[in-house]
Amino acid sequence: MFDLTGKAALVTGASGGIGAEIARALHGAGATVALSGTREAPLAELAGELGARAHVLPCNLSDAAAVEALPKQAVEAMGAVDILVNNAGITRDNLFMRMSDEEWASVLEVNLTSTFRLCRGVLRGMMKARWGRIVNISSVVGATGNPGQGNYAASKAGMVGMSKSLAYEVASRGITVNCIAPGFIETAMTDKLNDDQKGKILGQIPAGRMGSAAEIGAAALYLASPEAGYVTGATLHVNGGMAMI
Amino acid sequence: MSDIAERVKKIVVEHLSVEEDKVTENASFIDDLGADSLDTVELVMAFEEEFGIEIPDDAAETIQTFGDAVKFIEGAQ
Repeated sequence: MFDLTGKAALVTGASGGIGAEIARALHGAGATVALSGTREAPLAELAGELGARAHVLPCNLSDAAAVEALPKQAVEAMGAVDILVNNAGITRDNLFMRMSDEEWASVLEVNLTSTFRLCRGVLRGMMKARWGRIVNISSVVGATGNPGQGNYAASKAGMVGMSKSLAYEVASRGITVNCIAPGFIETAMTDKLNDDQKGKILGQIPAGRMGSAAEIGAAALYLASPEAGYVTGATLHVNGGMAMI
Repeated sequence: MSDIAERVKKIVVEHLSVEEDKVTENASFIDDLGADSLDTVELVMAFEEEFGIEIPDDAAETIQTFGDAVKFIEGAQ
């Protein structure tokens, strides 16, 4: 089950904890992976660990021209893009009353607009192949909201509406478009929380623990697999029961 | 029929799975040949590749029939 041999996957944000695990999961199932991110060193390190079938494609997602070029670079490196995982994201948290236009715009640009551009960039190849998998990494806060994250929550909720619209358009071509909405996942970002903050968060999670990045990788592997061909326009919540929606 | 028209017809026949004799000068891709809006986008993509041309979106919108497509591509060559 979940054999991706012969498939080519482009993963953004692969220098981060969740992105790296998604890349590992797809690669482990036989896919060729293109690892994208802003920092080249961790990408190269991951590519080294994966060995064969791994390509490094650094890209700054706030640079529109670089985003436009990325799908083409991925096709040059791998011959195709059968699977796209939009995982890259940034936060610029601030209370709503204090949030600047720049904080708002930069988060929307990187999290939502770059996802739109990358989806658009890979569609032609997927339409011709009559097969494609797009997995957009949203967030539980896109569904629940979170104080201080008006921009981030808007970008992640926007991703869900965008994915559903695209899913409608391309379903007849064998292309599925889905979201994963992780809850609290152990990453470098959540490591910065103090014990008090962590305690409060854990109190809201029925599972009583944070999720692991590998658990998001497993969800992405499922949605990218041939077996998930009848799943489209869905949001898979992976949050330990924190929000049952 | 010109060489361009033959090549366009071949693409239309293959892509929309229609009989060759249905693809006439005034045959509308959507009304007569059963294309949906996504099919028309794919046809334009196929024309671009076959003829090595770029068909901008506003021009693509004017290509409604087989004759429109042939005329546009002949003009773009």
